[in-house]
Amino acid sequence: MLLRSALTIAAKDLRSELRTKEALNASLAFSIVILVLFSFAFDPGSEEIMEFSGGLLWLVYSFAGALVLNRSFAREKDNDCLDALVSSPAPIGALFLGKALANWALLLAVELVSLAAFGLFYNVRFIAQFWPILMVMALATWAMTVIGTMFSALTVNLRLRELMLPILVYPFLIPALMAAMLLTTDLLAGMSIWGNDSIWVRVLVAFDFVFTALAVVFIDVVLVG
Amino acid sequence: MNALEIDAVWKYFGDFPALREVGIHVSPGSVVALLGRNGAGKTTLLRIIAGLSKPSRGTVRILGEETRKESTRRRIGVLGHGISLYDELSAAENLELFGRLYNLPDPRGRAVAMLERTGLDRVRDGLVREFSRGMRQRLAVARAFLHDPQLLLLDEPFTALDDRAIAVLQSMLKEMRAKGATIVMSTHQLREALELATHVALLKKGEIAFSGERTQEMVDDTGWLYRTYGDN
Repeated sequence: MLLRSALTIAAKDLRSELRTKEALNASLAFSIVILVLFSFAFDPGSEEIMEFSGGLLWLVYSFAGALVLNRSFAREKDNDCLDALVSSPAPIGALFLGKALANWALLLAVELVSLAAFGLFYNVRFIAQFWPILMVMALATWAMTVIGTMFSALTVNLRLRELMLPILVYPFLIPALMAAMLLTTDLLAGMSIWGNDSIWVRVLVAFDFVFTALAVVFIDVVLVG
Repeated sequence: MNALEIDAVWKYFGDFPALREVGIHVSPGSVVALLGRNGAGKTTLLRIIAGLSKPSRGTVRILGEETRKESTRRRIGVLGHGISLYDELSAAENLELFGRLYNLPDPRGRAVAMLERTGLDRVRDGLVREFSRGMRQRLAVARAFLHDPQLLLLDEPFTALDDRAIAVLQSMLKEMRAKGATIVMSTHQLREALELATHVALLKKGEIAFSGERTQEMVDDTGWLYRTYGDN
């Protein structure tokens, strides 16, 4: 019931977003513009780029992500849809997981396009390391999604939710973003992440498990009180 | 077993008690008109019954079970102030979505049946954002009744409905009553509510000022209840 309801809600969110494309377009446009602007500041293809590539990418991903995450629960407020979802027999954890899954898929799509743009603008070759990079992106994006979706639910009734969400989310994301930045930088430099870096992969996995479990347990308190 | 048992319920918003020691017991098949001025606590009470908010103190049980239990929520239908439908989805997609969340055996078939019942079958694939206000309201009624709830919670159901939506709602309420469903509705439209009601509860500043069977006197003189128990 939990998984089926979560998939139903995820499909609904993806269908709604793909029809309006309001968060997707804003997020994509934002990340491409930032990457283009930074490409003027640095010399594409230089050694310097390789040193901060992970940091640059994850800064772009996290800011672009806030645009997608802001809409997540706000969409449910428009016609009081949240009340209908919360009063339905679907487990409330499924409501959270469904929204998180949809956000994760949308963010990953934005990140993949941004990664391609990054490779193009900065003359960085990542194809050889594509699968490990995708794994890091999947893990760190889930971390971003879980925290972002939870705080999107928490701030849904606030007048300044667009402002509050990033303020609340980024401090929690520091360990996950730090791991993602280090791993991505090493992967783009052609290094393996299964040596000394494997600790950061474990940090990401642990972060995902702990915060997913906490979110599923506490979402009822956040939405119902 | 009572359909609904509300015992000594208090609800605070900050220091302000929106509900004070509210207690109502409703037997199955009853239609309760929940009356009261603006701010009396009607919507707060309905939200607590629907499991959308928790009481600060006291208990609410539906058919003997807690409101947030999955099996309880399956038995409740809620029609609130908003239409609770997604503008970017079609009428059929909206109903099918809720059919799936209520784990109905044939969500698509049920959605089509409800669209026919509410006169929306010809626009089943139209997006809700393109619907007129009246069509949206009828679709909201279809959503609330989709799973044949045993307890219907209606918050100002007749407010802002057009004639056709009122006719649809009244006919569906009649049908639900015939099936033995219990209905609790908050309203300012006394005549419509009292004609349907078997029981009346009047809230005054968060407290139950009157609770009992609806009498003919209340129907004949809709202002009587407020004059006698309310604050005029």
